[in-house]
Amino acid sequence: MDILTIALPALSDAAGLILQPTVLGYLILGVVMGLCIGVFPGLGGIAGLSLLLPFMFGMEPVLGLALMIGMVAVVPTSDTFASVLMGIPGSSASQATVLDGFPMAKKGEAARALSAAFASSLFGGLVGAAFLTLFILVARPIVLEFRTPELLMITIFGLSMVGILAGRVALKGIVAAGLGMMIGTIGEGDSAGELRMATYDMPYLVDGLKLVIVGLGIFAIPEIVALLRQDRSISDRSPLGGGWAKGVSDWFKNIWLSVRCSIIGVVVGVIPGLGGSVVDWIAYGHSVQSTKDKSKFGSGEVRGVIGPESSNNAKEGGGLVPTLLFGIPGSGSMAIFIGAIALLGSGNIEVGPSMLKNNLDITYAIVWLLALANVVGTLICIAASGGIARLTTIPFALLAPFLFMIIAFAAFQSGQDIMDLVALFAIGFLGILMRRFDWSRPAFLIGFVLSNPAETYANQAVQIAQSRFRKGFEEGIDYIFSPIVIVLIIITVISVVIGLRQAKTIMAEGAVNSGKKRAPMIFLLVVLAYLIAAFVNASMIPDYAAADRVFPRFVSGVAIVGGVILLIQMMLADESHALFADREADNSENNAHGLWSTLAWFAALLILTALIGFVLALALFLFAFIRVRARRSWTIAGLYTAAGVAFICGMAALLNRDFPAGLLQDMIDLPWPLT
Amino acid sequence: MTLTNTTRRVAMGLVAAAAATFATETTAGGHGISLEGKTVEWVIPFSETGGSAKWANFYAPLLSEALPGNPTVVVKFMPGAGSTKGANWFQEQSYEDGTLIFGSSGSTQFPYLLGDPRVRYEYNDWNVVLASGTGGVAYLPPELSAKMDGLNATALQGEDFIYGSQGATRLDLVPLLAWEMLGLNVEPVFGIKGRGDGRLMFERGEANIDYQTSSSYLKGVTPLVDAGTAVPMMSWGALDADGNIVRDPTFPDMPTFKEVCDATPGCETSGEKWDAWKAFFVAGFPAQKMVFLPAGASEDAMVTYTKAFEDIKARADFAEISAGRLGVYPQMTGGEAAGALASATQVPDSAKTFVVDWLKERYGVDLNG
Repeated sequence: MDILTIALPALSDAAGLILQPTVLGYLILGVVMGLCIGVFPGLGGIAGLSLLLPFMFGMEPVLGLALMIGMVAVVPTSDTFASVLMGIPGSSASQATVLDGFPMAKKGEAARALSAAFASSLFGGLVGAAFLTLFILVARPIVLEFRTPELLMITIFGLSMVGILAGRVALKGIVAAGLGMMIGTIGEGDSAGELRMATYDMPYLVDGLKLVIVGLGIFAIPEIVALLRQDRSISDRSPLGGGWAKGVSDWFKNIWLSVRCSIIGVVVGVIPGLGGSVVDWIAYGHSVQSTKDKSKFGSGEVRGVIGPESSNNAKEGGGLVPTLLFGIPGSGSMAIFIGAIALLGSGNIEVGPSMLKNNLDITYAIVWLLALANVVGTLICIAASGGIARLTTIPFALLAPFLFMIIAFAAFQSGQDIMDLVALFAIGFLGILMRRFDWSRPAFLIGFVLSNPAETYANQAVQIAQSRFRKGFEEGIDYIFSPIVIVLIIITVISVVIGLRQAKTIMAEGAVNSGKKRAPMIFLLVVLAYLIAAFVNASMIPDYAAADRVFPRFVSGVAIVGGVILLIQMMLADESHALFADREADNSENNAHGLWSTLAWFAALLILTALIGFVLALALFLFAFIRVRARRSWTIAGLYTAAGVAFICGMAALLNRDFPAGLLQDMIDLPWPLT
Repeated sequence: MTLTNTTRRVAMGLVAAAAATFATETTAGGHGISLEGKTVEWVIPFSETGGSAKWANFYAPLLSEALPGNPTVVVKFMPGAGSTKGANWFQEQSYEDGTLIFGSSGSTQFPYLLGDPRVRYEYNDWNVVLASGTGGVAYLPPELSAKMDGLNATALQGEDFIYGSQGATRLDLVPLLAWEMLGLNVEPVFGIKGRGDGRLMFERGEANIDYQTSSSYLKGVTPLVDAGTAVPMMSWGALDADGNIVRDPTFPDMPTFKEVCDATPGCETSGEKWDAWKAFFVAGFPAQKMVFLPAGASEDAMVTYTKAFEDIKARADFAEISAGRLGVYPQMTGGEAAGALASATQVPDSAKTFVVDWLKERYGVDLNG
């Protein structure tokens, strides 16, 4: 009954909402931006949405959604360009595509690989949207029953996914997630307002670190720095070649593989926090297993492209399920999406159960937009593939300063404080080290994102349950162990068991060689030192504010135990063990530049900003970088700098934002944008 | 006793403001500044989603029309540390050309009154040009509301109440203290992010008592009342010109807390507890949101802004456009605003001491530490 009386009208209302010229215009704008972001290696949905975030405030909800969904939906479509043409994953969701897509391009079959990928992406995207529609219909009555214990259980379920993400050494994943959660507790506690790892003398820390900064720092910066160090030259490959029709017919011949991988994508996407970085590997593994002749994999088997590409678009539809239904992000980009929705309109829409109750039409508008964006994105990709492919030939040394400028600007929008940039740099450094020593960055981000919900839901559920128990034992038990909670507990236990068993075969970020003992050990000791400091710090919170003490103490306690066991294992194991994974070992990534000299460039930008303000520092940085590091002529460096500064000033003027000021600005008054 | 205190403070505020006006007017020559071609920045120390954002976004375009030279008025958000970050920042700004204004809220006032260690700002340094009031309404589920005997809340004293709270030292202090005075056993569940979350908790049946400020009540709770899942219990009331608590003009049919307290044995509308409640109510609601020019503002600038807000109030359509977005509350300018500022930021020491002790004893919050 519910379906007929409420859902169907909402479904058609939603169609009416989005089938307007302006909405479609915004969708196309979002799609084009998403395609560009996806093409650039190192940038994905997180960076793209962070850039859109400041525009969202006060925007008409449907228009803002069109822009954001357009962008998120097509990143996994266009990241194929970089994977196939350059052999670099355009974003974490298409790492597996590289394995067979790049060899195909080397054989001159780039167009065939791309068209097979686009067809698969389109199909996967539509499967994802269809699944989301059905899931909302079925789940809505259940979700509306969700109270605090159920929300807490969903959060714990999300955290349990760390088991799968952990990689070869499960403990490292757990410690990484624990570290993420502890970083998430920095600042004022939600229950009693006690400070954790912060002081009132550093007001920036009191509010805690913002997701935009942690997301960009932990994912985007390490990738950009890594690519910059490899310093790839211009891709000299011949144009795409023919074979477009062949690629589509390849996909059609393998349509059942595409169906199965789309379903894999949806299911993996639904699981909170798992998202992008593993789905393509699972789909690739399935493609290999289900193919009789396995010999061609790795040297240009088209099934190795169709599988991952079907799954990585489908996962966006799946990822919206926990995001919209529970307000628990399905992935890092979804976490930022949640923040953006809060800004739309005047804050009348809030994801989670209340959205299904009060904004069902908006919920379905998101589904329609998702399907439409996939179609539009695929069409644009095919039509403009020549032009987009040329983007991948830009040498990374020219791209990186531009990307870094955008990321710094996006980060600064979160708190409009120069400390935003310091935090970005610090978290970015942590991300670089975690990448180097093969600590799971997705696990860290899940921990960070779910830290706050886990703590508040736990505290609130305990408090409300106590009050129910005072009324009667039965009432308390009914509150805590509702049928939904019991089902969720069972699912969680099953997923942990299966996850730990499967973890060793899933390498979310590819294989990493082992190196010497010293560097991984020092990193572990530093992480341990922070965890112990956080534990001691939390222990000093007085009794009356115990609610702010329990959670950080428990989490850091678990993480410390894990870290100590790791340390003992490290002492006993020999150097070839996976414990000592180190990307710097034997220069396995063919780095042309050292880590420290590359980092020094960005540190210089930071220090200069503190001295002379962001715009002046940026001008100097861009000019010097293009001239010295990228070795271009004075003229090109000058033009590049002018274009970069003009772009960023244009963005700021549009948003009416200022730039970080330095000491210079404290001493003399300068006109905007130098202020 | 307190009534006279409050009135006296308001009156003294008026005198002080008048004196200040007189003193500077003799030295300053002109009357008003032109802001033509300039951009006025209106800094709000909260995020884009809160009530202060709605309030500033309502006024910003009107202010742009009313100021001489029609400058662009942009609202800038500087959230952080429950608004103390933005207020501390504003404290460091000095007056330049009248293109910077600041909007404070009850959440900025309470930490100031309670001596929060993060507060590095001083209201007395700032120059108020507008003070906007609001109100609040407490509501119950229908089955609990039915237990009330008219206005007498005695029958509710045996219930276990759960309330989703943002923190005992915030504006939630006013409802928590009021319920305690009625003898209700209300347990606050902390950690919610905004009053909207408190309403959701009420809707899910996990909380069984809640309050919302007027505009949120009109938007979020009225539909529940119409659907029969919530019943209003009382409003906090409003202040009349003499400083008495009277019925809230936005909710004239709703009893005030004062009426309910009078009808409930054991609840006193006089004495230390009542004085403290009233002092913090006055600080938090009737002058909840204020617009300031920074320290050192010229008299010309004060005159200009005061006139602009008066012109906005005098618009023929003001009652109509403001009722839906701000509620029917006084929008005070000039001496009235100065008086409101004085009553909102000067709580008698006895009230402050009482609340600080009560917070320590009841919630273990140590504000002196």
